[in-house]
Amino acid sequence: MPRSRRRAIGIALFMILPLVLAACSATGGKKAAQAAQGGGTSVAAGHANTQRYTIAMITHAAPGDTFWDIIRHGALAAAAKDNITLKYSSDPDPTKQAALIQDAINSKVNGIAVTDPNPAAICPTIQKAVQAGIPVVMFNAGVNNWQQCGGMSYFGQDESIAGLAAGKRLAQAGAKHVLCVLQATGQVQLEARCAGVAKGLGSEGTMTKVYVNGTDNSAMLSSMTAKLTQDKSIDAVITLGAPVALVAIQAISSANSTAKLYTFDTNAALIAKIKSGAVQWAVDQQPYLQGYLSVDSLWLYLTNGNIIGGGVTVLTGPAFIDASNVAKVSQYALAGNR
Amino acid sequence: MAQTTEAPVAPPPRADERVGQKSTLARLFARPEAGAIAGAIVIYLFFFIIAPPFRNASSFSTTLYVTSTYGLMATPVALLMIGGEFDLSAGVAVTSSALCASLFSYEFTTNAWVGVVVALALSLLIGFINGWVVVKTGIPSFLVTLGMFFMLQGLNLALTQTITNQVASPDISTLQGFGSAQKVFASSFTIGGVNVRITVVYWIVWVIIATWILLRTRVGNWIFAVGGSAPSARAVGVPVAKMKIGLFMAVGFMAWFTGMHTLFQFNTIQSGQGVGNEFVYIIAAVVGGCLLTGGYGSAVGAAIGALIFGMVNQGIVYAGWNPYWFTFFVGALLLGAILLNTYIRRRAEASV
Repeated sequence: MPRSRRRAIGIALFMILPLVLAACSATGGKKAAQAAQGGGTSVAAGHANTQRYTIAMITHAAPGDTFWDIIRHGALAAAAKDNITLKYSSDPDPTKQAALIQDAINSKVNGIAVTDPNPAAICPTIQKAVQAGIPVVMFNAGVNNWQQCGGMSYFGQDESIAGLAAGKRLAQAGAKHVLCVLQATGQVQLEARCAGVAKGLGSEGTMTKVYVNGTDNSAMLSSMTAKLTQDKSIDAVITLGAPVALVAIQAISSANSTAKLYTFDTNAALIAKIKSGAVQWAVDQQPYLQGYLSVDSLWLYLTNGNIIGGGVTVLTGPAFIDASNVAKVSQYALAGNR
Repeated sequence: MAQTTEAPVAPPPRADERVGQKSTLARLFARPEAGAIAGAIVIYLFFFIIAPPFRNASSFSTTLYVTSTYGLMATPVALLMIGGEFDLSAGVAVTSSALCASLFSYEFTTNAWVGVVVALALSLLIGFINGWVVVKTGIPSFLVTLGMFFMLQGLNLALTQTITNQVASPDISTLQGFGSAQKVFASSFTIGGVNVRITVVYWIVWVIIATWILLRTRVGNWIFAVGGSAPSARAVGVPVAKMKIGLFMAVGFMAWFTGMHTLFQFNTIQSGQGVGNEFVYIIAAVVGGCLLTGGYGSAVGAAIGALIFGMVNQGIVYAGWNPYWFTFFVGALLLGAILLNTYIRRRAEASV
């Protein structure tokens, strides 16, 4: 490279560096976030001195879905407390998720915590794990047939019950035409929520479904705006995930719609929107608790032979977070735990 | 008496086809965009008839927004394809750029614009690496950028996870400079009661610039030459290596631009975004008349291709159809558009 060009590049870098260092922001950013949390970010609870076990957690998380971060935080908190090595893996494709479960069986882990969004694809592999002598607990998805799959316990929300409760509350709020936004296709728990909403609305209103691509914000924005423009009778939008709700806020204003926004599941940004009134309420299934209990219950089984639940689903939700109780939840949400 | 034989009558001179005049219509139809424009008109009329909400201006504005988010990237991808190369990492490069800007300015609590500048440097670097590896090793760009695609996809997820312990980028709306950046990259304005997003304007401007570069400048000539036949171009004195690297860096630049729009429009970026979009850009370019082998095509064609994609995308929702039909439609569209393009071009070139 000729010397003049090298010199030019050097000068450019030299000029940029002080610019970068000098241009700090007085507001926002990591500094502000750490100050707001006041130091503590996780629910710490000491450290067990039992044998070190390895537990594999396999979920159907799509890359980038913040909901699963909260589950992971709960699982990691329990793992830290119980002296457990947590191996977390996920794949939204059921066949690939089954392959990940098989990997865990082959690695001879001490316990498996798994979600089951597609029983036909995943149940057989779970049964193989049980036959191999590995205890399995299930959570978050697959509430209807986890006992047949061989799970010891199930921690989660019955999505049909949650949908029903949400639908009843929507009817009480006076919603006549509800748009249920599904961010993925072929997932039983998402379908169950919308079906529950329809049942809860009963004769008070109708429910329409729309499928959007949950991993692409621009596509979600356009699809929801188009749907709200196409059907002006929609007066309520209920989304099934916090990132989708955040985009729905923009879609509703783009379409000049007067629809009110409700959602399932929360994250830190969504809690702020509930506070500001952009979202009316959220159905919280306490994902932190699901992750935490899954790992903790396996530790209890491994160290003391305990089984939680007595063969019945251990419910972690639904709980409604609305303007009346959002203040209390807010600080935990900022830490990424609610 | 001597017999006189008549000299054989020479046949009337045949017009030399090299100086023949093509009718204006034939010349128009021989342009690379002709098939795409025909297709776009057909699809517009189709959805106009079957989907009443498609007809009004604000719906068209939403369609244009979808079009522009794909069209912004389809333009440099088309230029690259004319230059004879593919870039399969274009989709995730957009997300990488947005994540870089967001994470950098959040972690170091800097002005949002600092993150923007750092992301530009990163995007240009990714483009440079793509181009440099293709040029230096001679490996087909399809494979090089495929490798880069997987690496960027993994880096997006892994680095976001490692740095923030979350899978989505943090909220940067409280940083200084966010408001002004939002005005530049993600604002919208109203024309005659219809809300239009600024990406539409940017898209049209970039298409005009790209078309001008292709058709009116020496660099555009070089792009066609390099795509048509790189050895011949090199023999005539075109700097082939620099052109290819430059084209890859142009894709990187536009990935930065699109990424900045996504960041300042939505504030948080999911780290798994962008996968699959690279094929949409290629589809838009091919539907718009770009040859896969390079050396032929246009930026306007890619813009029309993006418009077709946007219209199909939105038209299906407006028509109230089952959205599962969408991917089937895209595939049928691609085949149909290519057949139409080939047919029109053959007819146009035959009619002299």
